Order: sequence, then structure tokens, then C-alpha cells
Amino acid sequence: MLYEALSPRENVAFAARLYGVRDARARVEASLQRMSMLDRADAPVRALSRGMQQRVSIARAMVHSPQLVLADEPYSGLDESGARALTVLLGELRSAGTAIILVTHNLAEGLSLATHAAVMQRGRFVRYDSADRVEAGSYSTLYREAVGSG
Amino acid sequence: MGNTLSAAWSIARKDLAIEFRTRSAFFSAVIFALLGLVIFYFAWDPTAVSVTDLAPGVLWVIFTFSGLLGLHRSFGVESEDHAIDGLLASPISREAIFVGKAIANLIFVAAVQLVAIPALVVFYNLPLGRVAAPLIAIAVLAAIGLVAIGTLFSAMAVNTRLAELLLPMLSLPFFVPIVIAASQSTAKLLSGRPVAEVSAWLKLLVAFDIVFVAACTLAYPLTVDD
Repeated sequence: MLYEALSPRENVAFAARLYGVRDARARVEASLQRMSMLDRADAPVRALSRGMQQRVSIARAMVHSPQLVLADEPYSGLDESGARALTVLLGELRSAGTAIILVTHNLAEGLSLATHAAVMQRGRFVRYDSADRVEAGSYSTLYREAVGSG
Repeated sequence: MGNTLSAAWSIARKDLAIEFRTRSAFFSAVIFALLGLVIFYFAWDPTAVSVTDLAPGVLWVIFTFSGLLGLHRSFGVESEDHAIDGLLASPISREAIFVGKAIANLIFVAAVQLVAIPALVVFYNLPLGRVAAPLIAIAVLAAIGLVAIGTLFSAMAVNTRLAELLLPMLSLPFFVPIVIAASQSTAKLLSGRPVAEVSAWLKLLVAFDIVFVAACTLAYPLTVDD
């Protein structure tokens, strides 16, 4: 949902204005800093790599501190440092009481954040547990079987 | 109301910033306008048709079609990376989106007019003088109506495969009453008739603007909601 001719700062600031964010300038800077995008904040989005565009998308989505986050494959395209920054950000949001629905093929990252986990196969949950009942190995096996069987 | 206008202005600023960076639609529209002026100029036989008879038609043909170039791009930028979904999911009203787009389009059309009208005056050696102010009023009033209609149909056409064809097909029939009023009043002014004589056309343009702006603003949410 980014405008390629605009810079990351302008994209995030535009989202902040749409959501009526108070103290927008500081929140925009903080949001970009969280995703380690301050040094490329004024380059046009079209000049950024896919991973960096993904970081800007995340900064844009988080600038208004949403109460509910629907994150569909947020790790796709992110490099290692971007993925780490996203995990930290999602962890902070969770601690702040934000409800997060995270759809991911990255089981390790997903399970490290989840309070509840589910495996979906052909539109139906084949497993659903609270995080303290999840054993990563068995989940990983079930996931591979589910994905493998399409 | 304040929130709607504030959100609309944010959208207009964003659209103008994108156009300022790319300049693709503006240059296309200006080149089209100047090319149209030149073609009409060399196709014109000054012994058969006087400049005051020819110029209003040239002016409004150019404005109508060069405006369509910008209007097509209006919602085109929102289809990249599904940006329109971001706008629709935000807490701003649908009307604010329409008004924002319309403001940006109006500034775009006005910028094209700023280049095209002086070019027309120079090319056709028009006696603008005392009619400059009423001519600007006609240009602004006509632009408001054209932009309101064009913005609505741009929103409707953008998700179709034939958007570039569909926009003029949908818009042009609705442009006709505005263009008739604008070209008639322009012709009267350029032929030296008193301003009072065009007041009826100006009132008609104002009436068209009120109707089209209100109708298009109310109709826009229907084009984006399921």
C-alpha cells in the first residue's frame, strides 16, 4: 500500500495524517527508526529493495498504534535484521495489549510471539493450542505435513 | 466537516506531490494542449473564420481532452500496490477521498490552463484585455464541473481492463452541457459582447457545478463499497 514516487517518510506521514495521529512528526520518525529505515527515509520507495519496502509498509501500518494487527506473511522479503526488528516490534505490541493475528510460514518466529497457535489446512484449523501447550517439534511436523499435502 | 476537509487536503497534497515527482500526466497534458493549438492554428483559414469564432472551440476542445489525461491518472496511482485499500481502510470518510482527489485534479487542470490560455492568446493574437477576469471565472467554473464528473468516472473506470477507453466514453456525454456553456460564454466575451450578456451562461455553469459536485460526491461511496 505504498506510493512508489514518495519517500518512506512521506508514506508514513501520509498514513499518520489519515489516522489523525497526534504529534505525528515524532511518531513518524519513531516508526521509521523502529524498522531501521531512518537512513533511507528520504529516498523514493521505488528505489528501495523489496525487503526495505516491506519495512516501510510495516512502519506505515504501525504508525497509528493499532489495537488489532492482521499480519499476513510479514516476514516475507525481510532480511535477517529486518525480521529481528519486526519480531521485537510485534513483541512490544503484544506486551502493550495489541491483539495480533500473525499468518506465517516462519514457525520459529511465529511460535516465539504467539499466545495461541493454529495450523490451517485448506481453510480449516487442523490444530489449535495455547502457546504453553505447543511443542515446537510436533507443530513443525504437522505443519510440514499440512503444507506438503497442499 | 473539518476532519473531512483536512483529510481531503492530505490526499490532494499527496497526489500533487506524486505528480510533481513524476510529472508524467502534466507534461502529457501540456504537450497535448500546445500540439492542439498548433494543429488548429495551421488548419485555420483566417479569411474564412475569424479568430474570435475559432478560439473558443479550440480552447474548450483542448481543455476537455487534456484534462482527461490527468483525470485518468487520478485513481490510477491508487491501484499501484493496492493503495486504495489503505485509503478505504482508514477512518476517513469516502467523501473525503473524493474531495481530495477532486481538489488535486482541479489544481492539475488549472495548471494546464495556466500554460494553455497564454499560449492561445499569443498564437491567435486574441484581444484579451478587459475580458481576462471573466474568462478566468469561466475557466474555473467549467473546470470544477469537469473535474467533479471526471473524478467520479475515473474511480469507476480504474479497475476495468479498458479504463483508458471507458473514462472518456463515460465522461464526455456529461461534459457536454458544461462545455457548451463555457464555449458559448467564451465566444461572446471574445467577440466583444458585454459581460452582462454572458451572465446567464455563468449562472448555468454555477448551477451545473453545484449539481455535479454534490451528485458526484454522494455517488462516489457507491463506486467503492461492495
